[in-house]
Amino acid sequence: MNAASILPDLAMAMVFIVYAIVMLLSFGGLLTWVERKQSAIMADRVGANRAYIRLPFTNIKLVWLGLFHGMADGLKMLLKENFKPNTHDKVGYFLAPFIVFTPVLLVFAVVPFGGTVIPGQLIPALSQWFGDRAYPMQIANLDAGLLVVFAFSSLGIIGAMLAGWASDNKFSLLGGLRAGSQMISYELVMGLTVLGLILVYGSVNLGEIVRQQSGTIGGVLPAWGIFYQPFAAFLFLTAAIAENKRIPFDLPEAESELIAGYFTEYSAMKLGLFMFSEFIQIAVVGALFATLFLGGYNLPYMTDAGFSFPWGSEIALSQAVRVPLQLVTFLGKVALLCVIQIQIRWTLPRFRYDQMLGLSWKMLLPLSLANLVVTVLWMWLVGGGQ
Amino acid sequence: MIRGIKNPPTPSAGVTGPSFGNQPTAVPPAGAVSAPRKVVRYERKQYWNEPTMTLWERAYLPEILKGLAITSGIFLRNMFKWVTGRRGAVTTYYPEEKRGDFAPRNRGKHILTQRPDGSPQCIACNMCATVCPAKVIEIESGFDPNDPAHPKFPVRFEIDYSRCVFCGMCVEACPEDAIRMQEDVPNLVSDDRYNMWITMDEMLTWRPEKDVAKPYPPKPVPLQLGDSVKRGRESSTH
Repeated sequence: MNAASILPDLAMAMVFIVYAIVMLLSFGGLLTWVERKQSAIMADRVGANRAYIRLPFTNIKLVWLGLFHGMADGLKMLLKENFKPNTHDKVGYFLAPFIVFTPVLLVFAVVPFGGTVIPGQLIPALSQWFGDRAYPMQIANLDAGLLVVFAFSSLGIIGAMLAGWASDNKFSLLGGLRAGSQMISYELVMGLTVLGLILVYGSVNLGEIVRQQSGTIGGVLPAWGIFYQPFAAFLFLTAAIAENKRIPFDLPEAESELIAGYFTEYSAMKLGLFMFSEFIQIAVVGALFATLFLGGYNLPYMTDAGFSFPWGSEIALSQAVRVPLQLVTFLGKVALLCVIQIQIRWTLPRFRYDQMLGLSWKMLLPLSLANLVVTVLWMWLVGGGQ
Repeated sequence: MIRGIKNPPTPSAGVTGPSFGNQPTAVPPAGAVSAPRKVVRYERKQYWNEPTMTLWERAYLPEILKGLAITSGIFLRNMFKWVTGRRGAVTTYYPEEKRGDFAPRNRGKHILTQRPDGSPQCIACNMCATVCPAKVIEIESGFDPNDPAHPKFPVRFEIDYSRCVFCGMCVEACPEDAIRMQEDVPNLVSDDRYNMWITMDEMLTWRPEKDVAKPYPPKPVPLQLGDSVKRGRESSTH
């Protein structure tokens, strides 16, 4: 392989990486606003609407429904004093926010956010350079996709526990311990839940999983994971919210008991990183849920070739239409799931700690095992006892 | 299954109290009838409003869905209002908008009542400034030899609204009914807490004809035999 042939691949990889990072970071920034506004509207309030940007040399103030509050928050966090406790483990204290933040971004590397793109056909000017190469729209098209997701997402535990331990504070340590036990418990549930799905699709490659969901069940229902495994979808969402340590599962940072839990001793942008990773993880959970259970980037009855409806009509889509449609579809699904997660967060009260672990080990784990057993039996019966 | 609050435990005969290791048992003297040993038993306190959950509620999920339906319903209702150009909240945007629905007895901005010639009724006795718990009233008195009935008058009468607690004690302390509180709140919006003083000019805005609660001068009430007790109650403020 010479250098000329690897350059287009590299360019496309860079394009995908930039797209993914920009998408995740803007989701993280926007979700702070969405959470504020949505919770306010749920509670008959207005929500933050005072921060503005004044156009230079004019008296025009842009408010934009309070969108700039997120920017003001970010600016505040960047400019605040980076206060450190007197006694802390320097290396661990410094590393923990990044160890929490990075895996959240890395998980998205294997999530496909669009179908196959052939840039040589999409942009005629580049056809000479790209030739007929086709790229699935995801950063890393790995066969072990789902396993990579779990490998990276469980790395977040290390960051939370490290933060709790390195802060040299009892509240932080308790928060770190809670985070550790909680995330391990719910990681298990999440893995067992998805096992049933892997059995149905026969693959852990996320692109392959999405492609299989573009068919139909019985010719009518779209073959989405949520119709194959509705129970697993519910368990997965529960475990994912618990994994994200948000209300009702925010015991590691329960402010009535532990001040702020494992990031009590963090200030300025390091605290901001913890918060930001939480918001980005909402988007990542939404992306994973959409990919596994809601047909990923495809609308119902849609494949890379176009729509083929159950009543027989077919619409062929050219690539110039299909690629933006798939990107927008994926973003829409992720946004919808983010809104659902925020709605859950602002509706439910917090668990007690023993209730939360009991929910995992006594309820969700047996249920996910039962789901797995039923799936195995079903697959065995359908497959003719093989 | 989430463990909720169980049904209150019924005391059963078989339950013994907690044992604290080797307790020395008193040897009863020979011949004496041993009294029944007192068993210390822990019983959970029962409240009259002990919550009990049905199986449906303890299944947890239906109740969660119910709660989500409620919050989503409110969200959609308010969102529909916002989208159609109405306000989906009960908020009043305070400095731009002011609520007009203050209670008639609301203790808001202070005003100084005036004599028919327009001069303040205040005699600069400093009783309001003395009784004020937040020490926000400052009065500088002047001397007027031409008015033998009211020789003292306020030259300066100022209130620091950054510290005022709106307790109304100044109004109660005033012997001349010179200071009152309007139902409107003062315009407190400022980014300078050291410059939130209100001067006498701004307080001399009394409109007696609008003040239905306490008109000035007081309406003459014809004296009638037999209603002195009733009138005495009504005219508690001079």
